[in-house]
Amino acid sequence: MEASRSLISVKDLSRTYKMGEIEFYALRGVSLEIQKGDFAAVMGPSGSGKSTFMNLLGCLDHPTGGSYFLDGVDVLKLSKNQLAELRNQKIGFIFQSFNILARTSAIENVELPMLYNNKLNTKERKEKAMAALKSVGLADRADHLPSQLSGGQQQRVAIARSLVNDPVVIMADEPTGNLDTRSSYEIMDIFQQLNEKGITIIMVTHETDIAQFARTNILFRDGQIVSNVPVTERKFAKEELPKLPEINPREVLT
Amino acid sequence: MRIVNLLKIAYRSLSKNKLRVLLTMLGIIIGVASVIAMLAIGEGSKQNIQASVSSLGTNSVMIYPGSSNMGGVRMGAGSHSTLTIKDVEAITAKCEYVTDVSPVVQRSSQIIAGNQNWHTNVIGAYGQYFSIRNLTISSGVGYSTTDEKVAAKVCIIGLTVSTNLFGAGTDPVGKYIRINSIPFKVIGLLDKKGQNTFGQDQDDIIIAPFNTVQKRMLSTIYLNSILASAKSEKDIDKAKEQITSIIRTEHRLTPATEDDFTVRSQADIANIFGSISNIMTILLASIAGISLIVGGIGIMNIMLVSVTERTREIGIRMAVGAKGRDVLIQFMIESVFISILGGLIGIVLGILISVLVGRFGGWPVVITPTSILLSFLFSSAVGIFFGWYPARKAAALNPIDALRYE
Repeated sequence: MEASRSLISVKDLSRTYKMGEIEFYALRGVSLEIQKGDFAAVMGPSGSGKSTFMNLLGCLDHPTGGSYFLDGVDVLKLSKNQLAELRNQKIGFIFQSFNILARTSAIENVELPMLYNNKLNTKERKEKAMAALKSVGLADRADHLPSQLSGGQQQRVAIARSLVNDPVVIMADEPTGNLDTRSSYEIMDIFQQLNEKGITIIMVTHETDIAQFARTNILFRDGQIVSNVPVTERKFAKEELPKLPEINPREVLT
Repeated sequence: MRIVNLLKIAYRSLSKNKLRVLLTMLGIIIGVASVIAMLAIGEGSKQNIQASVSSLGTNSVMIYPGSSNMGGVRMGAGSHSTLTIKDVEAITAKCEYVTDVSPVVQRSSQIIAGNQNWHTNVIGAYGQYFSIRNLTISSGVGYSTTDEKVAAKVCIIGLTVSTNLFGAGTDPVGKYIRINSIPFKVIGLLDKKGQNTFGQDQDDIIIAPFNTVQKRMLSTIYLNSILASAKSEKDIDKAKEQITSIIRTEHRLTPATEDDFTVRSQADIANIFGSISNIMTILLASIAGISLIVGGIGIMNIMLVSVTERTREIGIRMAVGAKGRDVLIQFMIESVFISILGGLIGIVLGILISVLVGRFGGWPVVITPTSILLSFLFSSAVGIFFGWYPARKAAALNPIDALRYE
């Protein structure tokens, strides 16, 4: 099957919501192949179905029709528990609203996915969580609570959490939507570094400048893909970060 | 390993809501504590009743005069004097299941000693009365058969009487008291027995030879009751039967006539009071049990609130790989933990309350391991039962709905 070659292989995927008597077509037959090592930005206006698509790819939601293979696994044939296992083993999630547990320290948040499988003991888990935090530059904030972290830092905790189980793909749903430009670029920097290491990333965004950090741009409209093109003038966060204007606190106040 | 992780998760989320956990626990704590305290009080009074009933002599059999029947008008028990000294003699002669038999006459009288006076019950009985009722003499002697024969004016008094007439700590032996103006020599002092369960002071008593009281004070041929003691506990029923037939013959009752007396054993009385206190215990414990159920509903309430409030958290957990079962177990652990810890604290509190009630309330309390085990198991069951529904609700959530929940 051709599914084995691509990491993600989606055919005629559709999703319908029933609101009373009205049927709302969020996705109308989407087909897509994403190869290992890709960094895809999914774009489109609100209501175009890009978030629905991400939720389906992330195995959080069930499609009404179509087929979906992830890393050679026929996702639609899996039971609820098997889906949970799949999410735990193969997918890392990053959300717009961070979705890290409140009143839970950064390192405990990062440990969370590892608590739902049996691979590691307490010590290994701690070490791995620490390593993940280090890779997003938050090693010194391990014991901080989310309320003591900035938005960008919280999102970096979420990235560390998505990494700990060595997923095959990271799904990010508007990861920079709640962040300022500098933090956004910092997140993109991390994403590009991860991508360089071979981790596949699929990211929903509606900001065109953010989408330019990806390798390919997929455009959604009315529940369908209207274009799927490689990024021509790709930006690199390493280069873009120094160009950002320095914020002088004194100037902001006056 | 996996369950260890889930324990850790449950512990983390519980430790973030300490006050709420404590308040929820309070329902269980109060429930368990009151069940234990109530059962302890119930059991204590039961044992106390049994002890004081058996202190009257476990083997003793009492014969009371029965109801009179005059032209079809029946009066209540004890309304008619039917027992005489002849019945006592007959029982002594014919009944092989009893060892001691004593007639009992009694009258409440005014007692005077020096410039003090006191009002109490004067009992006239044979010397056997002491052994039947397990009475012992702490100072002085009991009266002899000679005293009985000659209707000697001697008596044995209880501690309360002695204290009131002669002052505390004074040995009354050898002193004289006047009962209804008749001077009696005190020859013995009874050992202290204290109050019985019915609140009667068992030391407020004067015992004198039967003949003395009957002839010198009462001038009557009828007895208030007859007291006998069976050879052993298993002979009590046979003794009762035999005594009944002896007295029926003695009173010349035709088979159609009903008994004009009543035979009761100490065991009967013990049983009656035992069953009364059993009913009381069950009643108290079930009221306390209701509070335990209310506590359980409190757990369910909090867990439901908690599930709703933490819907997003559940969504996050599911997104990173928690299965429905993991979420179910997590919430079950939380509710069971609350009820078990609440149960343990409740046990400690219950024991404490029981001990305090025993010490300061003067109530007899007996804490039984059964009551502790019972209330602990019950509280755990309450936790599982009332934790199940909210946990199921959490586990059944759809990850995407849970994540989107605001």
